[in-house]
Amino acid sequence: MSEIQSNKELLDKETGKMGMWIFLFTEMFLFGGLFLVYAVFRTKYSADFHTAASELNTFIGTLNTVFLLTSSMTVAMSLTAIQKNSPKLAFFLVFATLLLAALFMVNKYIEWSHKFEFGIFPGSPVLKNMGRGELLFFGLYYMMTGLHALHVLVGMVLLSVNLVKIKLGRVNPRHYLLLENSALYWHLVDLIWIFLFPLLYLIT
Amino acid sequence: MSDSENGTYINYLQHKGKYGGILSWLLSTDHKKIGLMYLYAVIVFFFVAAILGLLMRIELIAPGQTIMGPQTYNGMFTIHGIIMIFIIVIPALPAIFGNFFLPILIGARDVAFPRLNLFSFYLYITGAVLGVLSQFAGNGPPDTGWTFYVPYSAQSSTNVIFALTAAFILGFSSILTGLNFIVTIHRLRAPGMTWFKMPLFPWALYATAWIQVLATPIIGITLLMVIAERVLNIGFFDPSLGGDPVLFQHLFWIYSHPAVYIMILPAMGIVTEIFPTFSQKPVFGYGAIVFSSIAIAFIGSFVWGHHMFTSGMSYWARWFFSFATFVVAVPSAIKVFNWLSTMYGGSIDLKPPLLFAISFIFLFMIGGFSGLTLGSLATNIQVHATSFVVAHFHYIIFGGMGFAFFAGIHYWFPKMFGKMYNIKVANIAWGLIFGGFNVFYFPQFIIGIQGMPRRYFDYLPQFTTGEVISSIGSFILVAGLFLMLFNLIRASRTGAVAPSNPWKGVTLEWQIPSPPPHENFDTIPEIKTKPYFFGNNIKQE
Amino acid sequence: MKNEETHISSYSSHAIVLIILLILTTISVFVTGYHLGALSVAAALIIASIKVRTVISYFMHIRFESLFMKLMVTAVFVIFGLIIIITFIDYLLR
Repeated sequence: MSEIQSNKELLDKETGKMGMWIFLFTEMFLFGGLFLVYAVFRTKYSADFHTAASELNTFIGTLNTVFLLTSSMTVAMSLTAIQKNSPKLAFFLVFATLLLAALFMVNKYIEWSHKFEFGIFPGSPVLKNMGRGELLFFGLYYMMTGLHALHVLVGMVLLSVNLVKIKLGRVNPRHYLLLENSALYWHLVDLIWIFLFPLLYLIT
Repeated sequence: MSDSENGTYINYLQHKGKYGGILSWLLSTDHKKIGLMYLYAVIVFFFVAAILGLLMRIELIAPGQTIMGPQTYNGMFTIHGIIMIFIIVIPALPAIFGNFFLPILIGARDVAFPRLNLFSFYLYITGAVLGVLSQFAGNGPPDTGWTFYVPYSAQSSTNVIFALTAAFILGFSSILTGLNFIVTIHRLRAPGMTWFKMPLFPWALYATAWIQVLATPIIGITLLMVIAERVLNIGFFDPSLGGDPVLFQHLFWIYSHPAVYIMILPAMGIVTEIFPTFSQKPVFGYGAIVFSSIAIAFIGSFVWGHHMFTSGMSYWARWFFSFATFVVAVPSAIKVFNWLSTMYGGSIDLKPPLLFAISFIFLFMIGGFSGLTLGSLATNIQVHATSFVVAHFHYIIFGGMGFAFFAGIHYWFPKMFGKMYNIKVANIAWGLIFGGFNVFYFPQFIIGIQGMPRRYFDYLPQFTTGEVISSIGSFILVAGLFLMLFNLIRASRTGAVAPSNPWKGVTLEWQIPSPPPHENFDTIPEIKTKPYFFGNNIKQE
Repeated sequence: MKNEETHISSYSSHAIVLIILLILTTISVFVTGYHLGALSVAAALIIASIKVRTVISYFMHIRFESLFMKLMVTAVFVIFGLIIIITFIDYLLR
């Protein structure tokens, strides 16, 4: 006969992790809709997409890719650190992740404001005068990187919460589900960018 | 069952947690209370939407304007659809009966994430309220239909963004419920309950939950794209900016077709629980039912184009979607065979749950057959966007999911409330509902084939007879619904005390007191037998 | 359930993974610099897929998780792929 008295005993790490993975699947399908739109219009307007993509700065895009990939490593390492009972190292690594995320956002801000200056934004007259495919490319560019940036911000909030909790000892070698799930979320943010980068910057 | 029959145990309705009064409900993370809160919300919204439908029927009782003009009528069918689809039919069965009974049926004390469950409920209420608000604020009720087709949804001056946002939030609620159920079923089954010892309603909820989790985000992003179209002129669906309106239809139906399986799979799961109980015999073909549930969820994710046969898709797309649509009918047919075989040779007790379950099969099959007419390319052209479609989906959704809902509430009412309703009145209500339903919707098939368009507030004189009969049926139906509601409300207040197992069921919910205690089980059971074990002298599956 | 042993990835394995990812990124930037048309597109997407697979397997630890989790992640990508392919039955063959 089982002695299980409450749900809490059954709620181990695996349960929480499974929940986060399923949530990540939903995020993948959310962005998936945009990838589908991209695929359709890229096929229809390949020349225009080619032209429009060359307006994007490949260097900034590559730099952002490096930032995010590195941040994925630092957050993955922070998990190792907490599991190996090195909370100070874990704190530092989460902080490093946040820093890289902030650099990403700064880059994005520079990119976007640069585009705005040139009158390239959804609904602008400049866009209306471009080829249809170019207009759609930029619509996709803004919507995809915008939604992605929103997720970066959410990820940064989660990471900040982890910073506090590591400091307070609430995230520790016995209880680190929050950090693990936040890291998974952060990796998703990285995954989406790994696909966005070639689709928006490299297909020229 | 120590203190149950003496009444000396504390049931979930009496349980005093951290909060008292109304907060003990509004802040409760008890899956049973959350299930009831969903039930009350669904009842209210259902009757609002039903009244809207009745108003439409009054308008359609005669050609020309009867009580409202075209703009009002367009707003009516839009909000009727939005409420019925996003606030009633998609959420109700998982959120009410799934929440209440999934943990009990698998021998758990609650779902995996109880606080997330409560959050799902509040998202639901927020979305529902926003949907209702779309009727009143600003520029008038949306008139796009619940399907929000572009280009009109991007151009209409009405409160479309309210409705889009409401649907988005409701979708998020659905996603979180699905997530919760998947993890619950994976992690919280009682010791000894292997996957194939799990009852079939949880299996149905499992297949449903995957659709909720994977398909819903796609409509989420699509609704955001329409908002971007309206606010930013983003151009994805605007031909003048290079976009494609048919792309919206693809994205919309990629979710909205699997959504109908979110509606019907739990419904099938509920009747699958009812048939063995009222036949006192195990379910016939347990494995086939599991397999067909998964098959419906999987194949049904790839048939969405059958809503778009006349939109200009390629020949091969039309061919593919028609073929897949015919394939997906097969697992449903397998289930019907299994339900009938379950009853065959059983000890039949025709109580209201079984009555509703049997009529579910009848109505669902009529709806299903008409789906074949719609799924066949040539005939689709004749009946697309006519009353035939309206009849088809009301038979499937209302006759299917709706009747399964009524079956479920009559089945589980004594367990949820500890009271029994009046069987005779329930049967009379059934008669009015079933009779009224068919008088209402069957003529719609006929005038639809004859050419009566859907979503039209006016029509040619030749359709008058059909529309009049239809409207009369709608009044009979609604009368029956009110009688059923009255019967159940009265029972919840002053009904006779119900025993813990009034129907002689053998699944876990019937082994605990009525109403259940706060934590469901004194000790978590250890499962040794198959789920529909009616004793050693009955032939086992 | 409490006794499930947790595999802890080492710092060095994470560092190696990052180096691999950076190398792949460099390759993809160079490959698309050459105008090989459709081949560039294919190369960039294939490399991106390898990067995604690497992040999921190592950073996200799927390599060491249960068979169910591995199956689910695969299934999610397969289903999404099928949706795109089926949509293109319309778009490519109009």
